[in-house]
Amino acid sequence: MTNLMTNHYEAAAVILFGIGFMNLLLSRNLIKKFIGLNIMDTAVYLFLAAKGFIEGRAAPIVAEGTTATVEKFINPVPSGLVLTGIVVSVSVTAFSLALVQRLYKHYGSLDLDEIMQKAKKEGH
Amino acid sequence: MMNEQNKKSKWQHFVDWVNGEEAIEMSKKISFKKIDFEKLQENFEKYIWSGRKKAIFYMLMCVFVCATFIGILLHTVTALPYFGGSNNPASNEVVQRYIENGVEETGATNIVAGMILDYRAFDTFGESNVLFLAVICVIMLLKKDKYNTTEQEQREEQEDEMFDKEDSNTILKRIANLLAPLLFLFGIYVVLNGHISPGGGFSGGAIIGAGFVLYASVNGQQKMQRFLDYKMFVRINVTCLLTYCILKGYSFFTGANHLPNIIPKGIPGALLSGGLILPLNICVGMIVACTIYGFYALFTKGEI
Amino acid sequence: MESVNYIHNIPFISIFLTMFGGIITPLFSKGKLAQKINFIIVCIVGILSAVLLVNVWKNEQSFTFMMGHFPAPWGNELRAGPLEALMALTFSFVMANTLLGGAKFVQKDILPEKQNLYFVMINLLFGSMLALIYTNDIFTAYVFLEINTIASCAIIMAKGTGESIAATLHYLIICLLGSGLFLIGISLLYSITGHLLMPNIQQSIIQLTKTGEYAFPFAVVIGMIIIGISIKSAVFPFHFMLASAHPAATPPSSSILSGLVLKSFIILNIKMFYCVFTIDLIRSLKITNVLFLFGLIGMVVGSVSALKETRIKHMLAYSSAAQIGYIYMGLGLGNHAGMVAACFHILAHAATKAMLFICAGGLMAVSQGSDSIHDLRGAAHRNLMAGIGFTVGGLSMVGVPLTAGFVSKLYFASATIYSPQKMVITLLTLAVSMILNAMYFIPSAIAIWTPVEKRAEYTKPSRRMEIGIGIFIVTNFFLGICYKPIIDMIELGIRLL
Repeated sequence: MTNLMTNHYEAAAVILFGIGFMNLLLSRNLIKKFIGLNIMDTAVYLFLAAKGFIEGRAAPIVAEGTTATVEKFINPVPSGLVLTGIVVSVSVTAFSLALVQRLYKHYGSLDLDEIMQKAKKEGH
Repeated sequence: MMNEQNKKSKWQHFVDWVNGEEAIEMSKKISFKKIDFEKLQENFEKYIWSGRKKAIFYMLMCVFVCATFIGILLHTVTALPYFGGSNNPASNEVVQRYIENGVEETGATNIVAGMILDYRAFDTFGESNVLFLAVICVIMLLKKDKYNTTEQEQREEQEDEMFDKEDSNTILKRIANLLAPLLFLFGIYVVLNGHISPGGGFSGGAIIGAGFVLYASVNGQQKMQRFLDYKMFVRINVTCLLTYCILKGYSFFTGANHLPNIIPKGIPGALLSGGLILPLNICVGMIVACTIYGFYALFTKGEI
Repeated sequence: MESVNYIHNIPFISIFLTMFGGIITPLFSKGKLAQKINFIIVCIVGILSAVLLVNVWKNEQSFTFMMGHFPAPWGNELRAGPLEALMALTFSFVMANTLLGGAKFVQKDILPEKQNLYFVMINLLFGSMLALIYTNDIFTAYVFLEINTIASCAIIMAKGTGESIAATLHYLIICLLGSGLFLIGISLLYSITGHLLMPNIQQSIIQLTKTGEYAFPFAVVIGMIIIGISIKSAVFPFHFMLASAHPAATPPSSSILSGLVLKSFIILNIKMFYCVFTIDLIRSLKITNVLFLFGLIGMVVGSVSALKETRIKHMLAYSSAAQIGYIYMGLGLGNHAGMVAACFHILAHAATKAMLFICAGGLMAVSQGSDSIHDLRGAAHRNLMAGIGFTVGGLSMVGVPLTAGFVSKLYFASATIYSPQKMVITLLTLAVSMILNAMYFIPSAIAIWTPVEKRAEYTKPSRRMEIGIGIFIVTNFFLGICYKPIIDMIELGIRLL
């Protein structure tokens, strides 16, 4: 339990991930489903950012005229990973929302079950 | 007649099956069932009502799965290295070299920029491709074609355009036209200083993109099209990404084969430093700016 | 200054060439030009991969390639050995052939102004598959996994009908679930090991398992990563996404999706087993048993669902699910021979299923576009080559000697000797699954050869499609007859992994 309190950022991230996951599985509304997906991604970024943080150190930008030592800065790797992750999630979100918009135009609904039924009907 | 058919002997079944008739019979049977199914679909609400129990079961299962999942992950979190500790496994020789030699080896004082655009540039190249792919996908889906436009929509759009032209919301227009250049300027600043301060192609590009969106939403898309139409949009995207691809290809090729690299690193901290990082940031910035605007334009009007 | 070793540059050149092709394609407004350039690029990559394969096979070596100026734990890296080269060669071969055989479908099904964009997707999809095969870095694997997801969704929806877009959405949601799990898995892994490159992670895992530190997080990480990738490769409970995606897509898209995309994830899984987690750890955590179980269930359930179908593309989609089950069963046996059999089945199935989808498309095209087997009666007489191809493919799926499918089933069966406790159930399921395969492929093959009185007019099949199918048929028999050197290559490749 004390460990959980020390790692509270990670714990929060994990709970957020679970919430996003549940939203993805449970919501029938497509927009809400993709919001759930975004929550999942964001949780991972929170997790990574928390893992990169080191107590009492600064962001890794070297000021002019100083030499960089490990003791001064936090871990830069997770920041880079988060940056990549964000771009990927923006792209995926845009793509899925475009799909949703197209489906809404075609079927007039945002409910996944209803869309699937209508699509099946159309296929026959 | 029907009875006779139903009472086919097993041998007859086998013969039919060998002749390929059985599959056909089955298709008839199943298509008969399908009619039933369609009837169910017609009163969709009723169907949902009957499936209520199933839905509740599904919901409970989901909650159970997610709760277990969260439980397992929480237990994992307790066993992980401590938050904020300086002796975590992640602070190893990799990080040490990034921080201590980063400025010298990449020429960028922003170590994260140096890392993503030099040490681990292949990931970032992939990431720019993801963005490119997404915008191409959105074009494929939403750019007007015969599948996704109706007459009503076209009428509505014409009305919108009329509205854009005739609407004289002067205060809004004035302020937006004042703000947009400032946004562009700020975005350009962020892009150009990506290697010496916080920022870079992605963040700067997003700011410029926001400026485009503001400008287009106030002045109407037609005004925007005067300098950024579909052709131009594709050209900018492709040129920037190609430059990226070629520059990085060159850098990977020389690096891997231990050939001399002719690109100067410059003095760390100066604007013209960081080797390839500055041109790459500019390319990425332009791609992101176009992409953000492209998303906006395609989602609202289906045209760029 | 050392001289440049061009052979070692091949993985890098293949990936960058395809990416370059993908990026430049939107500039060509004509679909046909885009198609030609795409085809040429795939062929070049195929030739390069063949050169690479011959080289690494002769020297019995694998090598790593630095992506940039910085060595292993700091920069990205590619890795190539016989297995990777063989897979790249197969993928480019199947890709080229599918594009050759399916050219007409693309021109017919996709709106002319968007055809060039379809080839952007194909190029980038191919590039991402190559990157997944060659990568030696798990975060690169994640990025290219996402490229793969988006591009494969795009080729499903390219047709633009409501049905295909609904199917894409279904496919996308399941894929994103998989990549979400994969992403959190690699974040956890990074926080424990502090590395992103596969060999470094492996070293630190070996050390940590010795000391027994972080035992629980490891189990969770391995579970998540393997499950994430398995979900994306449509393993049993998630095979439903195939059932809606394949029928809705245009035939070459289905071929590529079923033949190649799913396989690239399985190869990533194999790489994870050997290059990241070590096979001993996987075995001791019983992950193989789980995969084995789902593989077996998938084999039976997929075949039974296929048996119920009366529409040819649905049938093939479920059959794909069953074949993925075979591969996972091979991985789940947990021994070297099982892995080899699984890898061979990847090749065999890639070649066979791609052909089957193209043939099904060809048969449907001469039957007024209907996909019910009932309407396809006599289609083989109208499109002879597609009929022969479908029959050969069906026989290969059933496992008739001299075809590719027979060899893989033979090797699956003989691999069970090394895992005696799984032997009986594997052999039993193999037999049941083969009978089920026969029960749905043979009637449909008979149906397409049943002569009917001449129906309404149809256009003659194009020469290119006939050539493509012809090459596929030859390949199938080649894999079924001259399998020995290929098995040797796979064995060597897995040993060097």
